[in-house]
Amino acid sequence: MSGTTGTAAGQEQDEGVKGVRDTGLEAARRRAYLAHAWQTPKGLYGWLVTVDHKLIGRRYIVTAFLFLVLAGLSALAMRFQLATPEAGHIGPDFYNQLFTMHGTTMMFLFAVPVMEAFAIYLVPLMIGTRNVAFPRLNAFSYWVYLSGGLMIWIAFAFDTGADAGWFSYVPLTGPEYGIGKRPDFWAQMVTYTEVSALAVAVEIIATVFKQRAPGMTLDRIPIYVWSILVTAFVILFAMPAVMVSSTMLILDRLVGTKFFDPAAGGDALLWQHLFWFFGHPEVYIIFIPAVGFVSAILPTFVRRPVFGYLGIVLSLIAIGFLSFGLWVHHMFATGLPQLGESFFTASSMMIAIPSGIQIFCWIATIWGGRPIFATPLLFVLGFIFTFVIGGLTGVMVASVPLDLQVHDTYFVVAHFHYVLIGGAVFPLLGAVYYWFPKITGRMLSERLGRWNFWLVFVGFNFTFFPMHILGLQGMPRRVYTYPPASGWGEINLFISISSLVVFIGFALFFLNILLSLRNGRIAGDNPWGASTLEWATTSPPPSYDFSRLPVVAHREPLWAEPDILPVVEGLRVDAREVLGSTVADAVPQLRVPSADNSIWPLLSALAVGGAFLGSIYTPWAVVWGAIPVSIGFICWFWPKGEPEDEE
Amino acid sequence: MKQRPVADVSHLPTYDFGAASPMWWGTLAFIALEATGFALGIGTYFYLAVLATHWPIGAPAPDLLPGTAILIILLASLIPNHLVELWARRQDLAKVRIGIVVMSIAGILPLIVRVWEFPALRITWDQNAYGSIVWFLLGLHTSHLLTDVGDTIVLAVLMFTQQGKAGRRFSDVSDNAFYWDFVVVSWVVLYLVIYWFPRM
Repeated sequence: MSGTTGTAAGQEQDEGVKGVRDTGLEAARRRAYLAHAWQTPKGLYGWLVTVDHKLIGRRYIVTAFLFLVLAGLSALAMRFQLATPEAGHIGPDFYNQLFTMHGTTMMFLFAVPVMEAFAIYLVPLMIGTRNVAFPRLNAFSYWVYLSGGLMIWIAFAFDTGADAGWFSYVPLTGPEYGIGKRPDFWAQMVTYTEVSALAVAVEIIATVFKQRAPGMTLDRIPIYVWSILVTAFVILFAMPAVMVSSTMLILDRLVGTKFFDPAAGGDALLWQHLFWFFGHPEVYIIFIPAVGFVSAILPTFVRRPVFGYLGIVLSLIAIGFLSFGLWVHHMFATGLPQLGESFFTASSMMIAIPSGIQIFCWIATIWGGRPIFATPLLFVLGFIFTFVIGGLTGVMVASVPLDLQVHDTYFVVAHFHYVLIGGAVFPLLGAVYYWFPKITGRMLSERLGRWNFWLVFVGFNFTFFPMHILGLQGMPRRVYTYPPASGWGEINLFISISSLVVFIGFALFFLNILLSLRNGRIAGDNPWGASTLEWATTSPPPSYDFSRLPVVAHREPLWAEPDILPVVEGLRVDAREVLGSTVADAVPQLRVPSADNSIWPLLSALAVGGAFLGSIYTPWAVVWGAIPVSIGFICWFWPKGEPEDEE
Repeated sequence: MKQRPVADVSHLPTYDFGAASPMWWGTLAFIALEATGFALGIGTYFYLAVLATHWPIGAPAPDLLPGTAILIILLASLIPNHLVELWARRQDLAKVRIGIVVMSIAGILPLIVRVWEFPALRITWDQNAYGSIVWFLLGLHTSHLLTDVGDTIVLAVLMFTQQGKAGRRFSDVSDNAFYWDFVVVSWVVLYLVIYWFPRM
């Protein structure tokens, strides 16, 4: 470690040291200085200009859950229609929009953003810093995400909802068959949300690499942070594919390029390759943070460190790599060469190995611990059970002959809901119960939590398990109705009733949150007796996260030293400053100035959003839109005489 | 929770160069994602080329002159680019000011030549898939050129103001030079694909 021990009171007056430092400053004055330097102004203006990762993370989480509600309600509407054969509640056109909006929203507007949202909130706290590496980029990413989500839902409200499935296959979405503006709104919504996701990925990578607490070497990084780091890299290399493909799609539609037009040398399957080159890693972008939640929650509730830290971290990295070698298994029914299909069968099955290693490590952790069955642990156990079933059907559909039989049937619907709800939403709900006390300062009700868990768990399995049977019986996906003679009516009715149980379970979840925000038990700093750094500060944390930045000497710092936190001193308290450290060993290297509040990320996001929206109607919107976008960015980056510029 | 100070970081600098700087890592991450975009664009080019019976489809190979001129300008710009990077690391404000003005011009020149480069492709974007992909690749690179030139000009203006004297600006100049290397290297690859693959 480069610093030396020792305090020198009164450095405020030290001639050689610029600014007011925390060295020797009594606690109350230190906190007063920090609160002033890191404050978000009150009122609407403050809400618009803030760059506090906690406020942005929180609003990301709330927004993502609002989109979950919208997507969930569209699912309920579909189940209402499918409950009986030849029901006439919803026509085919509206049904097409419903399943497309459901899938699109769940994947692009809920699952990925909510995982990033938790990372934005938690990563700086877990690695012992005060904000993400590029706070304004973080604010910008939220506004872009919000604009994209609002745009596609407003279009839906005007009967211009995307209607060709969440993967928008050409030629259905091409200029010939994709009439109106429906596919354009879909394509541009994708561009918005990918810009936002990529921005978050960049800031997460820089934050985890450069802002870890001194002493937090690579082998002391919490597994959850590892999972987010791997996810950020997967985003970095996967999301450009969907940006490239959605741009090509809108160019085909808007200016007459021929990327996907076979009559002019283009190819419809090119879309599928590009989309799934993104689309399969997308599943892991959702899944890897979820297993990170599991590895964070499990040790706390079994009262021992996670078994096989190294094995789990290497498995996460392996899954990140392997996720790029699977995309063709979504295209087994397109008549690709058999040798290629065999390769993708093998690589699809291979991903079961690192997934299996993690599951065995978790089982060993539970085996060697003393489990406390609080709600977060219930969701983790529900995850392990459900994900194993989803994983098993995954191995089944990785096999080409079986895939050809069940392709485009409800078997596939059952499989990916087991993987996505079981594999990601259960850990996510567990994460909400686990970190809600840190975020709000209050505990969620355990009683409501148990009801919430059992209703969602039982309702989920009753809803989705029978879909395997429906699929094997041949019921296709994406049909708005089916004839009585098919014999699918009874199972469908059972599924629709079960989906109401899931709905009630989620209603209890939201009720629990609303009630606990007002009346929940006061949490205290570390209500679960957990081991990672976010529990070393108050609940909710102050604007500056930590009054002095922690130093780490152990993988479970709060279990190694439960009563006292080793800290660094010497940072400025009169201006925003964080500590930069080396990538591998986390040796302090820099005092890095951290960006202050600014309105320009919002205005830049509005300019970018306006250009994207305009480009749905005319390509010139990109040219004219570049002017306000440039002004926004220049004003954003132009230095405004911050105190740290003196140094 | 009680605290125990164990280290003093008061004398650490507030900026540094290269991998020590968080901004360098941010730049590297952006380079990685943009390079992925280029790679996918190039992948699409070859995918379409493999499908086609003749490549290029319905057009002669593009005229070499404008693209080659841009290649020469960009390769030559690496010299002032690395000098300005070196001067930034030495924190030599006078030389950095000269260097960044030179780099602004070195960025504008290929943009001017590019006006002739699009017609030199000898096909329009809407004729067939070959036309679409070469316009797409050239458009993608042009947007990179525009972005970096814009950034360089803003930085050049900044270096002549009071704000330019802050030490952190030198680190910004260094990161900007790093990104320019990427713009040049990506053009070398695209140049070979767009101009020489059809001649093979």
